[in-house]
Amino acid sequence: MALTKDAEPNGQGRQAPKLAEGTRKVHTTCYMCACRCGIEVTVEDEKIRFISGIAESPVNKGVWCAKGGAGIMTQYSPARLTTPLMRVPGSERGQGALVPVDWETALNTVAGWLQDIRQSDPAKLAYFTGRDQMQAFNGYWARQFGTPNWAAHGGFCSVNMAAAGMYSVGGSFWEFGWPDLEEARWFMMLGVAEDHPSNPLKLAISRLKDRGGRFVVVNPVRSGYGALADEWVPIHPGTDGALLMAMMHVLHQEGLYDREFLSRYTNAAGLVEVAPGQPSDGLFWRSSGQDVMVADERGDFVPMMEASGRGRLEGDYRHEGRAYRPAFQLLSDRLAACTPAWAEGITHVPRRTIVRLALEMGTTAMKHPVVLPTPWTDFYGQEHAQTVGRPVAFHAMRGLAAHTNGFQTIRALFDLMMMLGTIDGPGGFRYKSPYPKEAPPPVTPPSRPEDYQPMQAAAKPLLGYPRSPDDLLVQGDEPMRIDEAYSWKYPLAAHGLIQNVVRNAFDKRPYGIDTLMVYMSNIAWNSSWNTLQTRDMLRAKDDQGEYRIPHVVVLDAFDSETVAFADIVFPDTTYLERWDAASLQDRPISEPDGPADSIRQPVVAPPSGVRPAADTLIELANRLRLPGFVDQDRPRYRTYADFIQLWETSPGSGVGLLAGYRGSQGTDTLVGAPNPRQLEAYARHKAFWFEEIAPERKYYRMANRQYLDWAHGVKFIPTADPIILQFYSEPLQTFRLAGQGLWPGKKPRHPALRQRLATYFDPLPFWHPSLEEKEETAGSYPLILLTQRPMTHYHSWGSHNAWLRQLLLENPLFINPQAAQALDLCDGQWVWMESRQGRMTATLRFSDAVEPGTVWTWNAIAKAPGAWGLHPDAPESQNAILVNHIVPDTLTSDDDTVTFNNDPVTGQAGWYDTKVRLYPSELHEVWPKVEARTPVRADMAEWKSLRYSTRKGAGH
Amino acid sequence: MQLTIITDLNKCVGCKSCQVSCKEHNTSGDFGPVPDHHPYREVDGMWWNRVISMEAGEYPNVGVMYLPKACMHCYDAPCVPVCPTGASYKREDNGVVLVDYDTCIGCQLCMWACPYGVREFDEEQGVVKKCTMCIDRIEDETLPASDRQPACVQSCPTHARTFGDLDDPDSVVSHLVAERQGFTLLPELGARPAVHYLPRRQVTGLVGEDEITRVLEEDC
Repeated sequence: MALTKDAEPNGQGRQAPKLAEGTRKVHTTCYMCACRCGIEVTVEDEKIRFISGIAESPVNKGVWCAKGGAGIMTQYSPARLTTPLMRVPGSERGQGALVPVDWETALNTVAGWLQDIRQSDPAKLAYFTGRDQMQAFNGYWARQFGTPNWAAHGGFCSVNMAAAGMYSVGGSFWEFGWPDLEEARWFMMLGVAEDHPSNPLKLAISRLKDRGGRFVVVNPVRSGYGALADEWVPIHPGTDGALLMAMMHVLHQEGLYDREFLSRYTNAAGLVEVAPGQPSDGLFWRSSGQDVMVADERGDFVPMMEASGRGRLEGDYRHEGRAYRPAFQLLSDRLAACTPAWAEGITHVPRRTIVRLALEMGTTAMKHPVVLPTPWTDFYGQEHAQTVGRPVAFHAMRGLAAHTNGFQTIRALFDLMMMLGTIDGPGGFRYKSPYPKEAPPPVTPPSRPEDYQPMQAAAKPLLGYPRSPDDLLVQGDEPMRIDEAYSWKYPLAAHGLIQNVVRNAFDKRPYGIDTLMVYMSNIAWNSSWNTLQTRDMLRAKDDQGEYRIPHVVVLDAFDSETVAFADIVFPDTTYLERWDAASLQDRPISEPDGPADSIRQPVVAPPSGVRPAADTLIELANRLRLPGFVDQDRPRYRTYADFIQLWETSPGSGVGLLAGYRGSQGTDTLVGAPNPRQLEAYARHKAFWFEEIAPERKYYRMANRQYLDWAHGVKFIPTADPIILQFYSEPLQTFRLAGQGLWPGKKPRHPALRQRLATYFDPLPFWHPSLEEKEETAGSYPLILLTQRPMTHYHSWGSHNAWLRQLLLENPLFINPQAAQALDLCDGQWVWMESRQGRMTATLRFSDAVEPGTVWTWNAIAKAPGAWGLHPDAPESQNAILVNHIVPDTLTSDDDTVTFNNDPVTGQAGWYDTKVRLYPSELHEVWPKVEARTPVRADMAEWKSLRYSTRKGAGH
Repeated sequence: MQLTIITDLNKCVGCKSCQVSCKEHNTSGDFGPVPDHHPYREVDGMWWNRVISMEAGEYPNVGVMYLPKACMHCYDAPCVPVCPTGASYKREDNGVVLVDYDTCIGCQLCMWACPYGVREFDEEQGVVKKCTMCIDRIEDETLPASDRQPACVQSCPTHARTFGDLDDPDSVVSHLVAERQGFTLLPELGARPAVHYLPRRQVTGLVGEDEITRVLEEDC
């Protein structure tokens, strides 16, 4: 009898137990959320018997979550699309009157539209995807098509987190970096509730608990991970930046920060020119070799690399008539006013708490270092006999990101982490391969109009990190992309701006499009804001009776709300029916200790009318003869499985989607020739590959000479140059100069655009109120409305599944009892919740675990009646509420165009800024409602009983 | 021998992994199916393990707690003596409380007797069902050793759950109960549950109040 929970060592050498006849176990990668855990799927008589975690998987180490196990019910979803569909001629978009068509008809129709677009103006195709896990492929496809208009869902999700991290440290949280809770003694989590990510964060918190580390959670709501916190710090939403600035103030005041780290590894000692009104204002003084100049301990001016960490952090300097101050001095000056008392007034966190938390983190970092016996050598050539870390770790996600001040708030967090010296040391923030990269990574989007021409591929990958205004996709003041990414309004839109697409396509701003193609994104429902108007825009017609968005193509496995708005639907497989790759070229699944990737393989056969979406896209690419997909008119890839194995980042680069089992013998890793039997090799090795980084290369990788050389060798980074952390972000200053009319290159003309850049592109972090707070009506809406995802539904492209839906069917509006009583409202009461966008009903649920200025509810519960294969009477459509209806998508503009409710730096949707007021409702039901549809499998919607079993003779 | 599951409430994040892994194993297991009524309408399904969420205290001093609740496999299980047919029984060799579906007549007396509300009635099959400690996994010799534990223990993403023999004073579960002040639910009812929970452990900060006061005074 097994009384231990210790997993056995890797299967090799162990006698594999004999499986019953008709039973097999297949290893693959989960897709019930974006974590991509390794799963073992037991199949009994071609039905899914059991899904469990793979013990050796670097991601989930054998555990699995509620969603992962419930994948069985997603496989047998009542919402499966089983054939291509076409809107019934004469029926209206949105009604969901779709009829089956054969694949040839569907492919021919769409290929015809796309061919016309490619020949005239490729920008007339807008291709946007949801939280898909093949962005490397999708981006490549769109680039070969030649449209600038491609992105995934990051603009609506967390681009502030990604971009602020990339511009600060060349990495960020989750896929790009991670709190090292194996070594941390003090852990602060901000703006993370129950998600982002799932099992990896649960495992990490468990380890912190094992070791007795202290866990502090900053969040307006206490739930999920926050329930386990040793201290909950309730904060008013959108004010974390002020809290972080005040904590930096205390650390600075008390000298509890790592001056050596700042001087050696960041540009904090870099001399910034102080020349208001001059084009050089705020830029670094650079040596002839372009190195940042610093003042050393003697007051001599030397390049940072020569100073080897002796650069002074404070002072005023003059040289040849010019004035300079170290970047750290500039921030210190700013911090003087950011007192705990100041922050208390903004955050509602008591000043005493702010001081205490700052002292705790500073004392832990500076007085209680963790010391590993691992020697390493830094890029100055100095050998360190051991690895010393500052065991203070942070994790943050959308609670910081989804505000219109999110970019600068996250910049503050990264500057705080730099002050504590806790970047890539043991117990701090640790990078995940292939990060760190230069901050920002040296990739800029194709920005010239001639980069997007008929019948040509775009010149470079479509998304990147602008270094100055000259990298923007603008012609004068006009955006070049339909989503206005990389425009003056949203310059650092590194993930594109899916949330802007429908309104802009409807408005034909900056131009009309022909075809909107959507993969796995619910743009007509919960991946949208101002939802009712968005749905109207999708079906709006012009004066001639033609749709303003002429064609809508949807690729999806399930009958989402968006499928009803499609003209053509291509049915996708489930994740258990196809080949797939979780790639280092995409959003990697690496761990701090080394690079990792994984595959999916078909576990069961798909329905006969269904094809993997990527195969459909490859078929379209081949029919259109897209460069990169055809070689002298002959297809390079027949399927996505071909693409995974054969594609390279550039011909002969030896770098492809998968890093393991490369080369003709399958023995190369990271770099090697394509291996046409690579997927088989992965399948034999439990569907993943992981390589541990050598101990002496594991820490302080931005500054670790041996790591940098190795990373350059395996093509993670284009050069082995030192990666200097950007305490001060000079690229931001170039945009500010453009706003001030001082940048020599591209600059906007409109005063409102100039004002925006001058205000928000501060090269040092600062806190400002959300843009919503600047609306004239802000005072009428005193509460902030938030949503959070329950663990059981996080990222779940299938929360309709029979088991998961039982775990959460309704979503009341949670309110602090004191706040409710002040409004004379009681528990369980129906209320109107009104924002400046509109109003909706909700039922109140009292909770002391929410700060009084916030109301919140669960996300992704409500569904349109009949969507997702559910009965139109299902609680998800009768009792659950979708707050997206009243989340404003635009701001009252101070220029003559539409300005989206987005962060002015990155364009991240500010959907946690929504302000509401509550008052009693005479209506005691959910409102608004949308029209009901017939479920895709009306028979299943009516099922009285589900008795799922893989045993012979069992029921449904 | 008395098999048990210990849940560390200092680690349970309420993710319901245990609730679902229980269902996915058992619906196709020896004691399945674990049915769902109206699965795509107003659904009401059977679960042998349900995670309860609790909130206690007043803002801002409020605690949030999650508690997975399934059969307690009691030493003096009240569900056993009330069964008129002996279908509800406790295994002598390992203390697991089970229901023999062949002799269960569906009278549901055991459901009334159970103080913990963890038995559920399968109307279609006419029998009472509940947590079996995954007896069909732990005794299945075709499974690798690492799989021969309850699904809910194996899946738990925070390793909050531990499986073992409470009668063995040297077992991990016995040590956890002894050293971490393990407790049972409703001990006053006398059923002597085998299933135990471990309480929260607070880690306090290392900065003294005087120090905070000093900084505040110097700064303001």
